[in-house]
Amino acid sequence: MIYREAGQFKSTYASDQAIFPIPQDRVFVLLVAAVALLVPAVASEYWLQAVLIPVLVYAMAAIGLDLLTGYAGQLSLGTGGFMAVGAYSAFKLTTAFPDVNIIVVFLASGLVASAVGIVFGIPSLRIKGFYLAVATLAAQFFLVWLFNKVAWFVNYAPSGTITAPPRSVLGVMVTGPEATPGARYLVALILVAVFALAAKNLVRGRVGRTWMAIRDRDIAAEIIGVRPLSAKLSAFAVSSFYCGVAGAELVFLYLGSAETLAFDIQLSFLVLFMVIIGGLGSILGSFLGAAFILLLPIFLTNAPHAVGLKLPVALAKQLELMAFGALIVFFLIVEPHGLARLWQISKEKLRLWPFPH
Amino acid sequence: MIDTGRPAGPLLAVEKVSVVFGAVQALTDVNLDIRRGEIVAIIGPNGAGKTTLLNVISGFYQPTSGRILYEGQDRTRWKPYDVARLGIARTFQNVALFKGMSVLDNIMTGRLTKMRGNLLFEAVYWGPARRQELEHRAHVERIIDFLEIEAIRKTPAGRLPYGLQKRVELARALAAEPTLLLLDEPMAGMNVEEKEDMCRFVLDVHDEFGTTIALIEHDMSVVMDISHRVVALDYGRKIADGTPDEVRSDPAVLEAYLGVGEPQPQARRADMEVGPSGARGEPQPQAGRADVEVNPSGARGEPQPQARRADTEVWPSGARGA
Amino acid sequence: MGALGAVLAPFAEMAASPLFLAEVLIGGVAAGLLYALVALGFVLIFKASGVFNFAQGVMVLFAALTLVGLMDRGVPALLALALTIAVMILLAFAIERVVLRPLVNQAPIILFMATIGLTFFLEGFGEMVWGANVKRLDVGIPDTSFKVAGLLVNRLELAAALTAAVLVTVLAIFFQKTRIGRALRAVADDHEAALSIGIPLKTIWVVVWSVSGLVALAAGIMWGAKSGVQFSLSLIALKALPVLILGGFTSVPGAIVGGIMIGIGEKVAEVYWGPLVGGAIENWFAYVMALGFLLVRPQGLFGERIIERV
Repeated sequence: MIYREAGQFKSTYASDQAIFPIPQDRVFVLLVAAVALLVPAVASEYWLQAVLIPVLVYAMAAIGLDLLTGYAGQLSLGTGGFMAVGAYSAFKLTTAFPDVNIIVVFLASGLVASAVGIVFGIPSLRIKGFYLAVATLAAQFFLVWLFNKVAWFVNYAPSGTITAPPRSVLGVMVTGPEATPGARYLVALILVAVFALAAKNLVRGRVGRTWMAIRDRDIAAEIIGVRPLSAKLSAFAVSSFYCGVAGAELVFLYLGSAETLAFDIQLSFLVLFMVIIGGLGSILGSFLGAAFILLLPIFLTNAPHAVGLKLPVALAKQLELMAFGALIVFFLIVEPHGLARLWQISKEKLRLWPFPH
Repeated sequence: MIDTGRPAGPLLAVEKVSVVFGAVQALTDVNLDIRRGEIVAIIGPNGAGKTTLLNVISGFYQPTSGRILYEGQDRTRWKPYDVARLGIARTFQNVALFKGMSVLDNIMTGRLTKMRGNLLFEAVYWGPARRQELEHRAHVERIIDFLEIEAIRKTPAGRLPYGLQKRVELARALAAEPTLLLLDEPMAGMNVEEKEDMCRFVLDVHDEFGTTIALIEHDMSVVMDISHRVVALDYGRKIADGTPDEVRSDPAVLEAYLGVGEPQPQARRADMEVGPSGARGEPQPQAGRADVEVNPSGARGEPQPQARRADTEVWPSGARGA
Repeated sequence: MGALGAVLAPFAEMAASPLFLAEVLIGGVAAGLLYALVALGFVLIFKASGVFNFAQGVMVLFAALTLVGLMDRGVPALLALALTIAVMILLAFAIERVVLRPLVNQAPIILFMATIGLTFFLEGFGEMVWGANVKRLDVGIPDTSFKVAGLLVNRLELAAALTAAVLVTVLAIFFQKTRIGRALRAVADDHEAALSIGIPLKTIWVVVWSVSGLVALAAGIMWGAKSGVQFSLSLIALKALPVLILGGFTSVPGAIVGGIMIGIGEKVAEVYWGPLVGGAIENWFAYVMALGFLLVRPQGLFGERIIERV
């Protein structure tokens, strides 16, 4: 009764096209935003460092992959590689130009990743479906190998790792050992909020329709005037931008330092899980999926404690792996359209509440 | 006829077009003119090559030989997305809507050829991008009103009943403001009322916007009622071309549809129209589908010239051969 | 000019010592056959259920682990083999019941993701039951080489090659000649049509996954004997992808040919061009090779043409 659209009429197309046309939704989103901004004041360092920051960083990557695979229908297993491009180019740029604002560096590294994405997206014109996944695998393995082999990328550090140098924004340290988790969290939050909004705008407009047309029926799309080349490459470009920025954030805001192992094929699969569990073709889903995948191991590690079971570490790890796999299968059976669909369903139930039907 | 001051001559000319897929001759030396402002019906048994003809005109197939001229210019080698920009729009035999999008979004995709792209403005949904979006939305809403589908504009296209899907597809084609509209069995699988509505829409489009229309249709009463001219194909060749009355009594056409003799007069009653598929739902799943293979190996998926059901309910049914 | 010379130099090297080249080629063929064995398992499942079974790699591992685990506990070899075969068949039943049946109408990517979930599960399970350390698998064939016509040939690799050859022949005959084989091909062609003529889908799937499990066992034995039974085996699934690209996702002989081509390509690239760029080309060469093929022939060498419909 509280949550419904009855009696809410739109008098302009503009108001009908709004992202949150229902006032109740707008209020809810504002509440969430307020809470999100206030979190650093109340959350423990552990929660910020181990959960909240990675959720925001991975959500950025998940949005990127979702745009490519969920909206444009191009399966990609190269997410890790594109994130690596973002991370290493951010590292090179900021070490070469230490005075440039780190946010600008992130954006620039996104552009570099975007360019690489376009190059590896070119095969998508000839190749579809699973075969395209192989092309993206080529990108994944080649890029990781490249960053491993060419010492220039790590500024010839003997350890082979890249480390985020200390940088500040508006006088506050946001990267490096002195940056507080709260500061890093806020940067990640603002970046992902801005870019999620941008993504939402893109997908509800011309570009989004072009991508979805290619995804749903690429031949009919071509016949009504969609140019497959620009549609697919734009998807790769935008997607890789997001993944690149996420990769830079991964090193600069979350891990602090990393080697190529952090960007290997497991990362690609992890982000793909997030997108699928969250719901393909849904920006909200990317957030939900990232949260789910990141919270799950924590839950699995802590649950036995909660019920008083003491498990040896190795066994716990194995059970975690098993539970992870089982949950993925379970989830795919129960709701293949992901958490976003579950959310939608509960909103529909909410419309009727307190009535049962 | 509309006098637009443009040079005389057909809007679209198909000149000696042949299309060969491996061992299958889908079209042979087809000559066809479509004049500005007319409604041309393309008829023929299944497998005759009608959809192939539309596919060649849309640029989806390249003819093995022959030319396609649009407004007097050779457009034979053009890609489908460029052909779309010429002002040619079409609907498909097996509804090709984008199932994942709402009706509104589907029709908006029809406006793509008229939209300018600017990623940056679109990402912030401001300025020119926003204005453009709203302008096109207004145009699409006019089409929605015209086709009376206001109630379903936010429904995902995949959830609509078949008849409505066909209408949405028509809306999408109209959204492109086409000069030439190609309709592939727009009334297949519809009941009487739906067919009457569709006929009305097609005629309204023609009368209000002066759109030239070519439609593939099996229902003879529709063909007789709304078309200026009828072209009959059989086995990839044109076998008749003239006014509906001329074609109806053309012996070659009668022969192609099987058997001999005149169509029974009572068979033209509207309530005998069950539709070629027999039930609402999928139109003929096998025959007449444009299965595209770049260099088909002769295995599954070719158009089947043998599987010809006599699918017009006016004439006695029965399949020749297979 | 210097770069061009460096790239072309290996060809001269090849010509200069043909015996070495032959050994490299043989090594490539051997590695390729092992890939092919794994790819075979994929092909079977994909052919009959349209599922790309990412868990194939972990099935190889799991089969090998079970065999070694049993043998380590004192079970005589033949009995252990029989038990492992039983375990793999049981696994097939379980997978069909728990994973495949509930997901029968879903999009291929969903099924693919489910097989990834299955991979995690089997990895954890296998580790839990048999332990995580690397195991030695002794099949009675020494990992030594002998000379044939001046070339060094490895006994183990030879055994693997012969095994692969036998398996492929058997499977090819199975598909072409037997009733079940024909039924499998019908199912691969069109699930609904197959159902409508009375082919029991569930039985077919259990059969296919069992056979695939047995192929995985064979592959596991060969790999395990060569490099020890360890967890990197499960990543072989990824290497099989380029093999499948070349050979086609549905062709049994294609898997062999594809495997050999990838094996040779990888080895030659690594040995002759690897030193130029610091080595480890093997990590990505197979994929780039597959990519190149795809650009020329989007359906692979043996694959069926992709049919577009309007």
